[in-house]
Parts: sequence; structure tokens; C-alpha cells
Amino acid sequence: MQPDSRGYFGDFGGRFVPEVLVAALAELEAEVQSAFASPAFWDEYHAILRDFVGRPSPVYAAQRYGRNNGGAALAFKREDLNHTGAHKINNTVGQALLARRMGKKRIIAETGAGQHGVATATVGAKFGIPVEVYMGALDVERQALNVYIMKLLGATVHPVEGGTRTLKDATNEAFRQWAARVDDTFYVIGSVVGAHPYPYIVREFQKVIGVEARRQCLEQFGRLPSDVVACVGGGSNAMGIFAGFLSDTNVRLWGVEAAGEGLESGRTAAAISAGSIGVLHGSRSYVLQTGEGQVMETHSISAGLDYPGVGPEHAHLKASGRAQYVPVTDSEALDAFFEFSRDEGIIPALESSHAIAFARKLAQERGPDDLILVNLSGRGDKDIAQVRNMRR
Amino acid sequence: MIFKPGKCAFVPYLMAGDPGMETTALLLDAMAQAGADAIELGIPYGDPLADGPTIAAAGVRALANGTTISHVLEAVRATRTPHAPPVILFTYFNPIYRYGVERFARDAARAGAYGAIVPDVALEEAEGLRVALEREGLVLPLLVAPSTPRERAARIAHASGGFVYVVSRLGVTGAGAAPDFRPLHDQIAMLREVTEKPLAVGFGISTPAHVREVRGIVDGVIVGSAIIDAYAGYSGEEAASRAAAYLRTLTGAAVV
Repeated sequence: MQPDSRGYFGDFGGRFVPEVLVAALAELEAEVQSAFASPAFWDEYHAILRDFVGRPSPVYAAQRYGRNNGGAALAFKREDLNHTGAHKINNTVGQALLARRMGKKRIIAETGAGQHGVATATVGAKFGIPVEVYMGALDVERQALNVYIMKLLGATVHPVEGGTRTLKDATNEAFRQWAARVDDTFYVIGSVVGAHPYPYIVREFQKVIGVEARRQCLEQFGRLPSDVVACVGGGSNAMGIFAGFLSDTNVRLWGVEAAGEGLESGRTAAAISAGSIGVLHGSRSYVLQTGEGQVMETHSISAGLDYPGVGPEHAHLKASGRAQYVPVTDSEALDAFFEFSRDEGIIPALESSHAIAFARKLAQERGPDDLILVNLSGRGDKDIAQVRNMRR
Repeated sequence: MIFKPGKCAFVPYLMAGDPGMETTALLLDAMAQAGADAIELGIPYGDPLADGPTIAAAGVRALANGTTISHVLEAVRATRTPHAPPVILFTYFNPIYRYGVERFARDAARAGAYGAIVPDVALEEAEGLRVALEREGLVLPLLVAPSTPRERAARIAHASGGFVYVVSRLGVTGAGAAPDFRPLHDQIAMLREVTEKPLAVGFGISTPAHVREVRGIVDGVIVGSAIIDAYAGYSGEEAASRAAAYLRTLTGAAVV
């Protein structure tokens, strides 16, 4: 669906930002309208996805994982095979094209674990636009390899010392830096979050996942999936794959949130399952917050899901009942990470492992004629050092 | 009356609960004694998008003390004596939203607040909050930024309550970067053409020289980070006397 003229999906979204940014968001909205109406814009976007990213990514029918107890078949959309290892690059290619179209001299981005930072640094290098990445100081320490990769690609990484020194604070800082140089700077947001029109823009650039996957399911299996499963932090890979199936009302959509150590543990990142409605980073959606409206510190084994908010369109899909949102804990995701690696010869990202864990449970509730499509949103190379250090 | 003809009003900003509510009470009193025409009183929020490091850090200290909206409103109530300057609350939308917009307006009015400034509520999202505040007799001043086009500035000024908050430069609050005075003068001239409401300028005003730059063309100045820098690290009477001494250097310069 299209957001309304004020940027709302139903009751969620909007534009809660300081006045200094409103003109820039309006300028971006106008540019997006003209770009999205231009076939040449989309031709260039798709050509880059083909030649630089390696699209279309395949849909792969699992041979062994989850098949020992009967139940539904599982198929995986292989976003892990994209250049830079995850779905993030679909969006950064699109936003870099917008930045170039608008004549912006400089790109800024926030990053948590560094995946979006790497995907942004990559397109910055490709397009010859300088990139500055804001990253929580704690994440800079935890993700030294991605910091190095961003620098290797020519980006500058700024550690952010404020608050919890993680993604939330990096996002605050990116908004502030944008406010300071709003004339010449393009802010590449990494998920379907932020003020209007960002949730809409990012969804449109990730929609390629769902559009391809729908066609591939029909070609390869002769039918649509019964269920589509994707992990949800901010929610961009989920919105991308859901977008291909929203009008197929008999296809059930499942967003899998990171429960961390459990919804009641106080150490969780499941904004929809454990949070309440609030305003964070420019839009109204679900937020993990205190009764006083202070945003809470979050926890997930997966850095990419470790965020206290969620995109407003997910809040709307939850409210309308079109999608359901379920929690998966750290330990369930970690089990899936190991089992999927051994059963399929594919090491999934810890983020995607949440979706994989839930899909296996769901497969056992479904019949053999059902087909569950899972978005394998990224590969696990980046997580190997972390998992190894846990010494299970 | 905050604004008087021929005088540049002076509005210091304090973060409530930094370093504690007892100090806040002393600071409020000291600001009034030192000639504040109104006081902006910050309700701490952990993710302040419009604020630079000074005010963000003050908010973190205040939150570490457990400061809540109720504590801040209680402090406002305690200041309400006949000659006390008006108090304008300053916070972000999420704490108000969680507290309840109508409840916030009612309780702020009962405490005797003059209005609220909510920098992440720009014109398009302002209607509900503005109506709730106005129903209780409170104002919602809106902000105009250097990036705001003329036609939009006119609509903002029209909807703005009490006065128009003129942001002196791009970026966030903080004493680190000075205002851009040349475009600011143009911006103020433009605003004078589209509104008769008082204009108060803030963001980056931190020295007597800055105040002298604008005192002849605006109705008031708002100084936040520089006041906080003056008392940060102190508490009680020491904090109050430091803030008051700094304020006097500025109010002296505010006399046209």
C-alpha cells in the first residue's frame, strides 16, 4: 500500500522530526515521486542489481533441514548470495541513485553491526560519492572487521559515544549530522524506519525480493507458498519479501522478532511482541519503552535485530491482521544456525536464523502440500567469530 | 508578558533534574532573580534528535536521577509566585505521548506552565497537541529553521502559539557553533513580513556578543547549552550562583 499524504500506513508512520529536516524530507519525497515514475530510473536500478549485486537471487528448496518429521516443504530466498552478503545492498543501490540524481555531494548512514554501513560504503565507492558512517562506539569495538571493511571501501567511520553507544544512538547522530549539513548531504537509512518517506522508499527498493520470489515459486513449484517467513528488526527484508505477496490474501505472512533472552526477560528486541506504541526516529510505531516514554536498551544475539523500534508498515500489518509477528529467542536462533549449516551446507546470518527457527516449527504444523518460503536475508560469515567465541 | 516593546526578552533553558530536583528549584529561583523573562524547563528524554552533546548529556544525568514528567511539573508548581517568570516546558513527543497528550496538557496547566516546546513536532503533526494545550490555556510555540521556505514559514508562524521560535542555524542545539548571523537577519526580516507574533531566536546563542548581534531585531533570545555549561558539574547554591552570574553577563547585553 501507499502511505497517505502525511506518510501514514493506517495509524502508523508520519514525520516526527525537527523543522530543520522537514524541507529536506519534502525535497526527497518530490524526487522519489519523479524517480519512481521514470522507467529509466528503474532500468538502471535493475541493471545494477543484475551486474553488480548478482540478482536475481535463487529460491532454493531445502533438502534436509526440517524434513525429518514430515510437514510442509521449506524453500529459501537466497539473499545471502548477494554482493556484500545480505539484502541490504538492494536498498543502498537505490538510495545512491537517488543521491546522485539530487546532486548530493556526500552520503551519511547509520549502522549497527556494520552490514548497512558496508553496503553503503560499497555503493559510495561504486558511484564515487564520499560516505560517512555513524556507528555506536560499542559496536565499533564489537564489529572491528566490518569497521575495517568500510574503511577499505573508502568510507569514514565515526564512533558515537552517546546513550547506549549502539544502533539507536548511531541513528540519532546520523539525523543530527544530516540536520547540520542538510543542503549537500543524502542520508541513506538502512531499514523501513525513520520519517516519511523513508519507510516507503526502503520498501520499494527491497520489494524486488518479493517480486522475484513470487515469480520463482510459480515457476519452480507451480504454486504460491502457503506461508512467507522473515526476520524483523527494523523490518526491511521482511517488508521486501512481504511486498510481493500482500495482495495474495491466502498467503500467510510471518514476521519473526528477536526475543533475546525472552519476552519477559527485559533483555529483548521484540518491539511488536513486547513493546507499545510510541514515536522513535521520526515515525509512530511499536517501540520498546518505559512507562515514561524513554526508549529501552535492547538485546539480541543478532546485532542486526538489536533495535528498539520497528517499521511503521509492520505496525500497520500487525494492526490489520495481514501479518502475524512471533518471537524467537537467542538460543532457538543459535540452534537453527548450527542445524541449518550442517543440514544444508549454508551458514545463515544470525538474523536470518530467527526466521529459519520459526519456519521449522511452522512446517510441523502444516501439511506436506504446503510450502513455506523463508527469506534467507544474509549469510553468516560475519557471525562466525562471535559464535565461535561463545564456545557452546 | 514575556515580550515587551523595546526590550529583548531573555529566556534561559534548564534541564530539570540535572543534577537533581533540589538544584533545579534553586536554579529556577536564581534565573528569576537574575532577570529571566521566561524559563524553558527541559523534561529529560534519552533520544533528543534536536539537541547537541551538552543538552543530551544533561538529559542523561537527569534520567539517571529518575526525573519524570510528574517531578518536573511539581517543580513548576513550586515556582508559581506572583512575579515569577513564565515556565515553558521543553521535551520531545514520545514522553508526552506516553503520559497522554490531554493529561499532559491538563496537568501542565494545573502546575501553572505557560506552554510547551516540542521540537520533533513540526507543523504537520502539531494539530492534536496544539488543540489539547490551547484548550487548557497553554501555548505551543513552533520552530522555523534556516531551511524553512517562506511560504511554509508563514504557515508555521500562523499556527505557532505565544511566539515563533527562530532557529539560528542548521544543526542541533549547542554552544559549539555560532549562529549564521547574515542569513539569520534575512530570515527575521522575512518573518516580520509574514507575522506580527514575537520572534525569539535560539540554537547557538552563547555569548554577550551573540546577544548584541540580535537584540535589536528580535523580541527575545533563548540560551540553553551555554547556561548548562556554566553550572554543569556543580549542584545546589554553587550551581545556581554560577548559572546566575553567567545569565547576568547575557542579560546585560540584552538591553537594547
